[in-house]
Amino acid sequence: MTHEELKNTLTAILPSSSFDETGEFLTVIVPSEDLLPFMTELRSNTGLDFDYLFCLTCIDWKDHLMMVYHLMSKTHKHALVIKAKLTNREDPQIETVCHIWRTAEFHEREVFDLFGVKFINHPDLRRIFLDDDWDGFPLRKDYVDENMIEI
Amino acid sequence: MNIPLLYSLSGLARTIHIWLAGLISNEMLLLTTEMVIMGISLIAFLVLLCFFLGYMERRVAAFMEIRLGPNRVGPKGTLQIVADTVKLLLKEGLTPDLSDKFLFNLAPLIVVITSMLVIAPIAFAKDFQLWDINIGVLYVSSVSSIAVIGILMAGWASNNKYSLLGAMRSGAQIVSYELSVGLSLISIVILSGSLSLSDIVYSQSNGWWIFKGHIPIIISFVIFVVASTAEINRAPFDMAEADQELTGGFNTEYAGMKFAMFLLSEYINLFVVSAIAATIFLGGWMPFHIGGWESFNHIMDYIPSFFWFMGKTFFIIFIIMWFRWTFPRLRVDQLLSLEWKYLLPISMVNTILITVMAIMGWHF
Amino acid sequence: MRSLIAEDYVTPEGEFVINMGPQHPSTHGVLHLKLWLNGETVNKVEPHLGYIHRSIEKMSENLSYRNFIFATSRMDYLAAHINNEACALTVEKGLGIEAPPRAKYVRTIISELTRLSSHQLWWGCTGLDLGAVTPFFYAFREREAIMEIMEETCGARLTQNYMVPGGLMVDIHPNFQKRVKEVLTLIKKNFNEYDEILTGNVIFENRTKEVGYLSKEDAISYGVTGPTARASGVSCDIRKWFPYSAYDQVQFNEILDTGGDCYARYMVRMHEMRESVSIIEQLIDNIPEGDYQTKTKAVLKLPKGEFYQRVETPRGELGVYIVSDGAASPYRIKYRSPGFSNLSALPVMAKGGKIGDLVAIMATIDLVIPDIDR
Repeated sequence: MTHEELKNTLTAILPSSSFDETGEFLTVIVPSEDLLPFMTELRSNTGLDFDYLFCLTCIDWKDHLMMVYHLMSKTHKHALVIKAKLTNREDPQIETVCHIWRTAEFHEREVFDLFGVKFINHPDLRRIFLDDDWDGFPLRKDYVDENMIEI
Repeated sequence: MNIPLLYSLSGLARTIHIWLAGLISNEMLLLTTEMVIMGISLIAFLVLLCFFLGYMERRVAAFMEIRLGPNRVGPKGTLQIVADTVKLLLKEGLTPDLSDKFLFNLAPLIVVITSMLVIAPIAFAKDFQLWDINIGVLYVSSVSSIAVIGILMAGWASNNKYSLLGAMRSGAQIVSYELSVGLSLISIVILSGSLSLSDIVYSQSNGWWIFKGHIPIIISFVIFVVASTAEINRAPFDMAEADQELTGGFNTEYAGMKFAMFLLSEYINLFVVSAIAATIFLGGWMPFHIGGWESFNHIMDYIPSFFWFMGKTFFIIFIIMWFRWTFPRLRVDQLLSLEWKYLLPISMVNTILITVMAIMGWHF
Repeated sequence: MRSLIAEDYVTPEGEFVINMGPQHPSTHGVLHLKLWLNGETVNKVEPHLGYIHRSIEKMSENLSYRNFIFATSRMDYLAAHINNEACALTVEKGLGIEAPPRAKYVRTIISELTRLSSHQLWWGCTGLDLGAVTPFFYAFREREAIMEIMEETCGARLTQNYMVPGGLMVDIHPNFQKRVKEVLTLIKKNFNEYDEILTGNVIFENRTKEVGYLSKEDAISYGVTGPTARASGVSCDIRKWFPYSAYDQVQFNEILDTGGDCYARYMVRMHEMRESVSIIEQLIDNIPEGDYQTKTKAVLKLPKGEFYQRVETPRGELGVYIVSDGAASPYRIKYRSPGFSNLSALPVMAKGGKIGDLVAIMATIDLVIPDIDR
């Protein structure tokens, strides 16, 4: 599908979504509470069929966290970026997508480990790289550590 | 049987016996002295043999792996194994804190002693063997299976999960492959009509069994080599160690000389199974003869019987080393199915064929 | 002596629990797998990561756009050039520049040489993991020849750095073409030996066929890429899907297999080596003359925005995701490493197999732990 067709289809699925076309991929910004039904529809809708989650990460924009999902369809060969804003920095929570794309299980654990985002209904939400008793979330911009050096 | 020109070590043994008999009149004391001399010379021989086998293995491996192998210590690297032994001697003989210390220290000894015991009935040269026991074949197959107790003991006493897994694998493996080894030994016992290893060698004075016995004997020779490779835990059947799966298996926790004991027993076992294969199938110390070629046979007779025996043994050792350095390892279930589904049925049928052959007198 | 039947050995269901790694010969580094065994059968595998997590992503946030590339050589150390290329391409995408044709050709040749050397190491290690020691030395014979080219080109053998934003760091060595051709002749001559010593061996076939099956659906769902996915029939070769550098100038096949087992993964990589040789052959005589680097400013500043670039490493799809706020260093950088996703499919593949199968599966996924842990 082209960007225009994708936009039309996606607006029909979730009217509250907004688009951003500045980057390489078409970007959809969805409210975090609508994420799970929206993602489920993306995967199950045969016209869209986003079966391949090739990147899942998070960005710390200082006042909020932004979840970023890079999706691609192996059958239709179109790609899409979904973003969900998490305004609560103290206790960011979002639904897991790991039963839709199994690869999300590891990637969500990584995001939990390094950003502290809690994924609701994740089967095994533990730190993946760091020790279980690690303090803080290193990839956040406000993270400080006694061993950090100013460059 | 009369092979007049064959040199043998038996003359040396007889000279020593007569000399000692002149010195010591008490028969009991004489026997004890002779036994002590035999034991010391056997151990010295085996240690030197293991040095050589260790060096040979490294050289063979290097030859297979397009590299040079040991070439720094001593001329052409021949003293490399001595250096390794010194290193192993100087290392701490560590015993893990939570292990069963008595069994842990006992296990390497059991493994080494059993493999040394098997040497007894093997004829190294004409009329030169430690103990010409009349049930030699039975003795060899029964004593060699005691080694599994040592390996199980080592695996259990180490209190290490990998060791335990390795020991369990080893137990299953040795018990299974005993059967094929036994059946292929029996095939020659049927043909020669004797359990004594010296009788078996003499029965081959008119031709080695591998040539006399048609295809069934070749099959049982192949089965013997494969099954005994498995029985002595060498690659591609080194399930019990399996570095890449079990990080060393039953000897994971061993260090220093205790580890060297396992290494020693591995090489002694390698020598023993090759020696038995040479004795049973390739005529032991019997020279190579071709019927009718009298002058050729005479020349062959001039080569001392000890060299014939060693030559055949090292030929088989080389083949087993060749296996090790070119084959991937089998998986544990494939290992067992190879024995129970292929080797054992084949050797059973083979034994029946050989029995029929022996009854009808179809062999040469 | 503490009893062997204790809580930390056996679960209430009677499963034997062992820890494979972090120090284990066949985990290829410091991967830690917790195994629940029923005898020899693996009931469950749980990977524990992070033993060499160096936080390259966090470090890169404080490094300039010229410097952060060099950290990536330490990620997938068997494909350092390809990692560098991915970063260089992303920065070029952000700056809106392109490398000159000469640089593109050389990048492609170097990438394919890297792929060859990586696959050769993998081939040797696969043999080693399955208990055959000799293949390792055969593989290193050719790998050594490639390493010498790398050394001559960029001065390093392992953590190589050659590709920079805008093109190449320096021009190729005058001997480059001659030596690459020599290596290709050597490799083509020795491919037969590879097949003779391992591929056709009956024990090897028994160890790998119908072992570690990964279905096509699972491969896509777990985000598995590279030869591992292509052996399950998933078309995912970035060089074909999204050509970069000079891959649009060459003819090559995407190797696909439908077996999904260890043997299929093995065969895909073996054929890929031949394809790599063919790609280099097409390019090596046609390297265009001209600049090897596009002129760039001393301090690179990417415009505000997000840039994503994918490349095909020997292990699969490496994605570099740069978020820029207009400053001289990335605001956020994310490496979508192929090993991380490939590893996540390991529990599915290994379930129900033997310990020996697990080792074969790990060998054919071609795990590189620094790539997983970053």
